[in-house]
Amino acid sequence: MEKRTKLAEIVKNQHDVILNDWVEFQLNATTLRRDLMKESELREQSREFLGLFTQAVQSGSDIGETIWKPVKDFLGQITRSRVLLGFTPSETATFIFSLKQPLFDVIRAAVKDPKDLVADLWTTTTLLDKLGLYVMELHQQNREEVIHRQQEELLELSTPVVQLFENILALPLIGTLDSARTQVVMENLLQRIVETGAMISIIDITGVPTVDTLVAQHLLKTVAAARLMGADCIISGIRPQIAQTIVHLGVDLSEVTTKATLADAFMIALQRTGATVTKSAATKTKG
Amino acid sequence: MERIPILKMGRFLLVTVQVDMHDRLAMTLQDDLTGRIVKDRAHGVLIDISSLEIVDSFIGRMIGNIASMARVLDAETVVVGMRPAVAITLVELGLSLPGVRTALNVDRGVELLKGCIEERAQGNGHVAG
Amino acid sequence: MATLRDEIYPIRSSDDIVKVRQITREWALMQTFSLVDQTKIVTAASELARNTLEHGHGGEVRIQALQEGSRRGLRLTFVDQGPGIPDLAKALQDGFTTGNGMGLGLSGSKRLVNDFDIHSETGKGTTVMIARWK
Ligand SMILES: Nc1ncnc2c1ncn2[C@@H]1O[C@H](COP(=O)(O)OP(=O)(O)OP(=O)(O)O)[C@@H](O)[C@H]1O
Ligand SMILES: [Mg+2]
Repeated sequence: MEKRTKLAEIVKNQHDVILNDWVEFQLNATTLRRDLMKESELREQSREFLGLFTQAVQSGSDIGETIWKPVKDFLGQITRSRVLLGFTPSETATFIFSLKQPLFDVIRAAVKDPKDLVADLWTTTTLLDKLGLYVMELHQQNREEVIHRQQEELLELSTPVVQLFENILALPLIGTLDSARTQVVMENLLQRIVETGAMISIIDITGVPTVDTLVAQHLLKTVAAARLMGADCIISGIRPQIAQTIVHLGVDLSEVTTKATLADAFMIALQRTGATVTKSAATKTKG
Repeated sequence: MERIPILKMGRFLLVTVQVDMHDRLAMTLQDDLTGRIVKDRAHGVLIDISSLEIVDSFIGRMIGNIASMARVLDAETVVVGMRPAVAITLVELGLSLPGVRTALNVDRGVELLKGCIEERAQGNGHVAG
Repeated sequence: MATLRDEIYPIRSSDDIVKVRQITREWALMQTFSLVDQTKIVTAASELARNTLEHGHGGEVRIQALQEGSRRGLRLTFVDQGPGIPDLAKALQDGFTTGNGMGLGLSGSKRLVNDFDIHSETGKGTTVMIARWK
């Protein structure tokens, strides 16, 4: 177990000196992002961190201890904001690593015995390394979350379900369909059917360059799931090559209504929903 | 004994499945329903499953059975309100409820039943399946 | 791989099947599964619990909440000491049934999960393991 090193005492007594040096260091660092963050903000963050750090270090330098929680929470806070501002991991971690030199300076001035000095420097450097790594990890995690969220938003954006008419939805698909995206498409469409009470949904694949077996099957499953819920689907925009692929792949589309264009599909949909309202609700797809 | 209530709505019967059905309850419902179709001279049966969080092959089979038996007794069956997650799962399971009509909600189900019966009265109806 | 929780429940009656569904749902929620993922694992659990009861003459299910890196999953292991399955390949085909079912329980639940493993010995019993990851 480390003996209570001088570090605790020194940071308490030399607070102002350390803070000034540290902020100076950060302002001169090559990783400073004046474009992303104001100097006053940096000063404020540094002051707050040093306060929390000083408090925690009085009880030891094991950052796993609960006493370090406020420090880590604060780091979590600034890391999150820096990720959103677009800092790189090393730019974010500089916040911690740049504290090393100012601390070393005051320790060297205060500790005379070489043995004690080595011990104190060792404690300090490992402590800051741990905090720095912690920040790096946090940064990484935060960035993954941001990317993940953006991917999801992108997926949703790229699968917009639009209401064409009372009871009629359209889902114009554009771009390559992979399994994950098709899954999102499927769930979105079915959810929108429930929300809008739409009886017919047109899935338009004019903008889809190729269709493989998996995607074709996903489409068929969407149609089948919609039918179980009580809604019909029409697939439109099947280009000749895609029709050929579908037949080659042995995918059976005979149970599904298909139309050459979105306009054709819309006409059929209008007819069917119209018929439902006025005359007969039973003229659904046969099958 | 615990039973799922069957409501009469004009010429139709409405069953709202609200509990997580255990197998015996499902079997009882099947028996009760066929009895009521005859007794109430019902032309249609609406099974509202909007509260069901899952449908497995057992419940799927029960729904299929009800539809077949109802048809023999000259009544149409419509399953209404299946949730998207349930529908997706059922398709993956491999169950497509052939021969069972479906509607988004009870109102739509009633419309659909009325349409079926009108069509049948005109003698040109077709049965799904 | 870390096991976050690990419990065993009996499957002796049709009420137990309902119980298995409820517990699987709770655990799937605990593992923050999406609604569709929850529904899939609960449905598979319902199928296999019924097989354990009806074909295996009762048994038990072990349910485990797992974590591997940032992935979270649920594993369910159904065990019975029933008659076993003589021809596994056949039993796994869509539509094969020795009872009056639809023969979709085994093949269908396999499609609903990420991992599927089955062992059976005639006269000794059957073990089916499934896992789904979010
Ligand atoms: N635990 C088990 N012990 C013994 N036999 C089993 C077991 N599980 C499945 N089987 C055998 O495998 C066959 C197929 O099982 P599966 O669950 O796919 O269909 P099912 O139970 O007959 O019908 P359902 O579609 O209603 O589930 C069963 O009919 C049975 O013969
Ligand atoms: Mg089964």
